[in-house]
Amino acid sequence: MKRLVFLVPLVVFICLAAYLGYGLTRDSRILPSTLINKPAPNFDLPALIPGGAGLKTADLKGHVSLVNVFASWCVPCRAEHPIWATVAAEAKVPIYGINWKDKREQATAWLKEMGNPYTRIGYDPDNKAGVEWGVYGAPETYVIDRKGRVRYKVVGPVFEQTFNEKILPLIRQLRKES
Amino acid sequence: MRRVAAASFGLLVFLFAATAGAVQPDEMLKDPALEARARALSEQIRCLVCQNESIDDSEASLAHDLRVLIRKQIKEGRTNAQIRTFLVQRYGTFVLLKPPFRASTLVLWLGPLVVLLAGAAGMALYFRSRKREAAPADALSPKELARVERLLRGGDGPA
Repeated sequence: MKRLVFLVPLVVFICLAAYLGYGLTRDSRILPSTLINKPAPNFDLPALIPGGAGLKTADLKGHVSLVNVFASWCVPCRAEHPIWATVAAEAKVPIYGINWKDKREQATAWLKEMGNPYTRIGYDPDNKAGVEWGVYGAPETYVIDRKGRVRYKVVGPVFEQTFNEKILPLIRQLRKES
Repeated sequence: MRRVAAASFGLLVFLFAATAGAVQPDEMLKDPALEARARALSEQIRCLVCQNESIDDSEASLAHDLRVLIRKQIKEGRTNAQIRTFLVQRYGTFVLLKPPFRASTLVLWLGPLVVLLAGAAGMALYFRSRKREAAPADALSPKELARVERLLRGGDGPA
């Protein structure tokens, strides 16, 4: 019995190592959104493209949709961009853009070059809506349910795997919810 | 008079030395008291881009936005607590450099104290048991003590 006392440090070490080891498997750059399962924040952005549609909170109600934060200066946005055309065609959900901390001419030129998969694009050059959404980098993508609540958030570029494994099943599930 | 001038110059140098953040002159508030409040508050807010820097130190564009936002809210008469709540609601508690004391951060706050107490308890137990074990071996019997006394006085030979 007395001998077992010597095992105490070992047990403590194993517990601590397991706890800290678990910490290492998590990416500290990815922060949980405070918006999950809450209504999308109040915002009202003018249209990026003159004559086009802007984006505001009320636009997100009544249907399942994706909100994608992008900017022409953002390299990962360029990398993920092709997927949105596919998504618009296959998943049949509107994709709403928030053009974040960008310049209008550069953003419109970028969309001309890359293609424009967005149904509506809000222009947010001074991070007004960005603060409300808790955006801390681009790209960020949010899945919005019929009631206009945020159900999921992806920080960083969305590629096929994330889309097929996380976003698409969620969209299907959200469609079934009334 | 001269001394006062020198002292105020010294103070000025000190003040400028202390304001070596990332704050740009055009961000600053005109009222020095409000600006000082904004500085103190932004030192407690994490820049979510650089993560281990406060927004007061960070050159990131998001940090700039939040510095401006904090100053705007201060000008509108919001309290520090209100501004902090505003930021936490949008960016999460991680935005605070000093984590709040709550159930999910108990280990963080109390962990070191627990480790300290456990260490102290372990040490106390160790020394006590060593004393107990060591005592019988070291202690002399009254007979031996008497002999030591004799030896010290210059006497010798077995009792």
